[in-house]
Amino acid sequence: MARNPYLPMTAEVVERIEEAPDVYTLRVRLRHAAERAAYRFAPGQFNMLYLFGVGEVPISISSDPDEHELVDHTIRAVGRVTEGLVRLGPGARLGLRGPFGTGWPFAVAQGRALLMITGGLGCAPTNSAIEYAIKRRSQYGPITIAHGVKRPQDLIYGARFAAWEKAPDTRVLLSADRPDPNWRGRSGLVTALLDEIDPGLIRDGFTLMCGPEPMMRSVAENLLKRGAALERIYLSLERNMQCALGHCGNCQFGKEFLCKDGPVFPYARVRALLPVGGY
Amino acid sequence: MQTARLAKERLDDLVRLLRERGYRVLGPRVRAGAVMLDEIDSAADLPRGVKSAQEPGSYRLVDSADGRYFDFVNGPESLKRLLFAPEETLWTVTDGEVRFNEAAAEAPPTAVIGARACDIAGMRVQDRTFLAGQYSSHTDPYYAARREKLFLVAVNCTRSAGTCFCASMGTGPRVREAFDLALTELDDCFLVEAGSAAGENVAKQLPLVNAPASDRAAADRAIEGAAKSQVRRLDSDGIYELLFNNLEHPRWDDVASRCLSCANCVMVCPTCFCHKEHDETGLDGAQSAHKRQWDACFTLGHGSVHGARLRPQIRQRYRQWLTHKVASWIPQFGVSGCVGCGRCITWCPTGIDLTEEVAAIRATPGLRG
Ligand SMILES: Cc1cc2nc3c(=O)[nH]c(=O)nc-3n(C[C@H](O)[C@H](O)[C@H](O)COP(=O)(O)OP(=O)(O)OC[C@H]3O[C@@H](n4cnc5c(N)ncnc54)[C@H](O)[C@@H]3O)c2cc1C
Ligand code: SF4
Ligand code: SF4
Ligand code: FES
Repeated sequence: MARNPYLPMTAEVVERIEEAPDVYTLRVRLRHAAERAAYRFAPGQFNMLYLFGVGEVPISISSDPDEHELVDHTIRAVGRVTEGLVRLGPGARLGLRGPFGTGWPFAVAQGRALLMITGGLGCAPTNSAIEYAIKRRSQYGPITIAHGVKRPQDLIYGARFAAWEKAPDTRVLLSADRPDPNWRGRSGLVTALLDEIDPGLIRDGFTLMCGPEPMMRSVAENLLKRGAALERIYLSLERNMQCALGHCGNCQFGKEFLCKDGPVFPYARVRALLPVGGY
Repeated sequence: MQTARLAKERLDDLVRLLRERGYRVLGPRVRAGAVMLDEIDSAADLPRGVKSAQEPGSYRLVDSADGRYFDFVNGPESLKRLLFAPEETLWTVTDGEVRFNEAAAEAPPTAVIGARACDIAGMRVQDRTFLAGQYSSHTDPYYAARREKLFLVAVNCTRSAGTCFCASMGTGPRVREAFDLALTELDDCFLVEAGSAAGENVAKQLPLVNAPASDRAAADRAIEGAAKSQVRRLDSDGIYELLFNNLEHPRWDDVASRCLSCANCVMVCPTCFCHKEHDETGLDGAQSAHKRQWDACFTLGHGSVHGARLRPQIRQRYRQWLTHKVASWIPQFGVSGCVGCGRCITWCPTGIDLTEEVAAIRATPGLRG
C-alpha cells in the first residue's frame, strides 16, 4: 500500500532565524531516518506545514536542494497558522508533507542570463532560486535581480540584496514606488528598472518572477515588447491550498491545478487568464 | 450471463441475498418529500408507483397507480456521499510529540439498489480525481476504501425527468460500465444483466428465467424512449474555447442577477470534489482531529489566500463553477465534469439551467459586457 498522501510526517525545528520583524526562517529536520533519507526537492517546490491544532499551509522551500536533511522555510506571519509557526523554537515539532509542485526551469536555463524580477513583500520562491543560481555561478550567464517595493520599509531582505550584489557578475536593482529621502534605489514601479537592463540580456535570458499578479503581468508584457522570448518567461502563482494533491480544487487556475501543474508556470500557459478577475 | 427475467415479487430475494453477503443495502426511500438513498431491510421499503415531476427549481413526487419501482428517475442524492464523505476525519495528532495517526475510513460494505447511468458516470468522473491513474498521481485512501466495497445494482432509466439531459452527454440512460448487476423494469418483470464476477455470483442465486428476445426488444425500446423524451441538451462541441473566449460575455452578469450563490448546485452534483480541511482540538488540548468537509467554489474562502477574496462577485463564482464543470474539466480529466443528471437545474432555488446558460453564450459569442 502506498503511504497515505494526506498524512504528514513529523518534523522538528532545528533553528529559527529572524529575517525581519514578522518574517522568520524555520530550519526543520524530519524525525524519522527513513523519511529523511528519502526526502529530495527541487528549487521552487513547496511543503505543507502543519501547526498542531491549528492547520496546514503551503510554504516554499527556501534552502538549497543539495542539503536535503535540513530544510528551510521562510515564513511571513500573516494569520492563524503562520503566526504560530514563526513562534516555534528549536526542538518544537510540526507536521510536514511534501515536496509538491513544479520547480523553476533551471535545467533548461543552463548557460543563459537570468533575470529574477520580484515585487512586494519578499518572495521566498525567488529568493531560493537566486541562492541556487549564485551557488552554481558558472552554469549561468549574468544574473540580474530587480525588486520593487511600495515603500522603503517593505524591503525586508535588505541584507540579502547587499550580499547578492557582491556575487560575481550579479547586479541588484531596487525601486520604491513611494521612496523617502533615505532611499538609495530608484523610484517608480519595478517595470522602470527594465530600462537599466542590457537589452541583450532581456532577449537571450531566462526570466523568473514572483510577486503580485498585476505586477508580473506588466513586467512580462513589457519584456515581450523588448524582445524577450515568451517561452523563457516563468512565474510563480499563489492560491489557497488545502490538499496539495489535486483533490481539493481550491488551487485551480482555469484548467491548471497550482499544486501539481504549478506553482511555477511558463508565462505562456497562464497569459490569457491572468488579466481576468476571479480565476 | 444472458439477460434474464426476475419476477417483480422476487425483488426481495435480491435484497436478502445482498444482506446475507454482509452488505448494508441502500435503496430509494421517500424522505421529506423526495426520494433519498437510505438503508432498506427488504424490498417492501422501496417506494412503488412514485413518479417525480422535475422542472427548473421544482421537484414534486406524484403517485401513479402502475406500481412501478423505479419511475421516480432520480432524487437529490447521487452516489457521491457514499464514497466521498461530506465530512470525515483524515487523521488525528497528539500534542507535544506531534505523532500523526491515520484515521481509518468508515467503509462498511455497501450495496446500492437503483444507481442510475448518470450516477455511475458521475462516480467514474470522481474516480479520475481520487484514484491514482492517468489523471491523478495520488489515491485518496478514504475514497478508495469505500469504492472497493461498493456493490452496484444499477437501473436503466425507462423514463426521464424534465431536467435530464444524459443522452446529450453520452452518459445514459443505459448503464454501460462499473455496475455489478443492472435491472431494466418492464411491466411485469425486471430484466437482469451482470456486469462483474461479483454480480454473476449473486445472479446465480436469484430465481431467474431466460428472457425471450421480445423482452430485450421491449427494454431497448423503453430505454430509447426515455432518451428521446429528454427536452434538454448540452452541446459540448468546442465548449472549452467557447466559454474561455467569452469570459466577459454579458450573460455572466445576467446569470449573476439570478444566482443566490447558495452552492445547492455543487452539493447535488455527483462530480464536484472540492473540499476544505480544518482541525478540531479536544477540550484538553492533547489531541486534534484533522477533518475535511465538502467545499464549493461559491464560498468566499474558496481559492483565496492571505484574506484577499479571489472571487468577490457572484458573477465570478458562477463563472468559475460553470467554466470548470463543463469546460476546464475536459483538459484536467479527459471528460466533462457534467454527466447530464439535471440535479443542479431541479435543485436550484431560482431555476438556473446550465444548458440554457451555455446555449445563450453559444448563440451570441463575442459579446462583451
Ligand atoms: C505555493 C505557495 C507557496 C507559498 N510559500 C510561502 C512562503 O514561502 N512563505 C510564506 O510566508 N508564505 C507562503 N505562502 C503563503 C502562505 O501559504 C499563506 O500566507 C498562509 O496560507 C496563510 O495562512 P494563515 O493561516 O497563517 O493565515 P490566515 O489565517 O489564512 O489569514 C491570512 C490573512 O488573511 C486574513 N484573513 C483570514 N481570513 C479572512 C477572511 N475570511 N476575510 C478577510 N481576511 C481574512 C487574516 O487576518 C490574515 O491577515 C505560499 C503560498 C502558496 C500557495
Ligand atoms: S452539472 Fe448539473 S446536470 Fe451536470 S452532472 Fe452536475 S448536477 Fe448533474
Ligand atoms: S471548482 Fe466548483 S465546480 Fe469545480 S469541483 Fe469545485 S465546487 Fe465543483
Ligand atoms: S491544493 Fe488541493 S487541489 Fe491543489
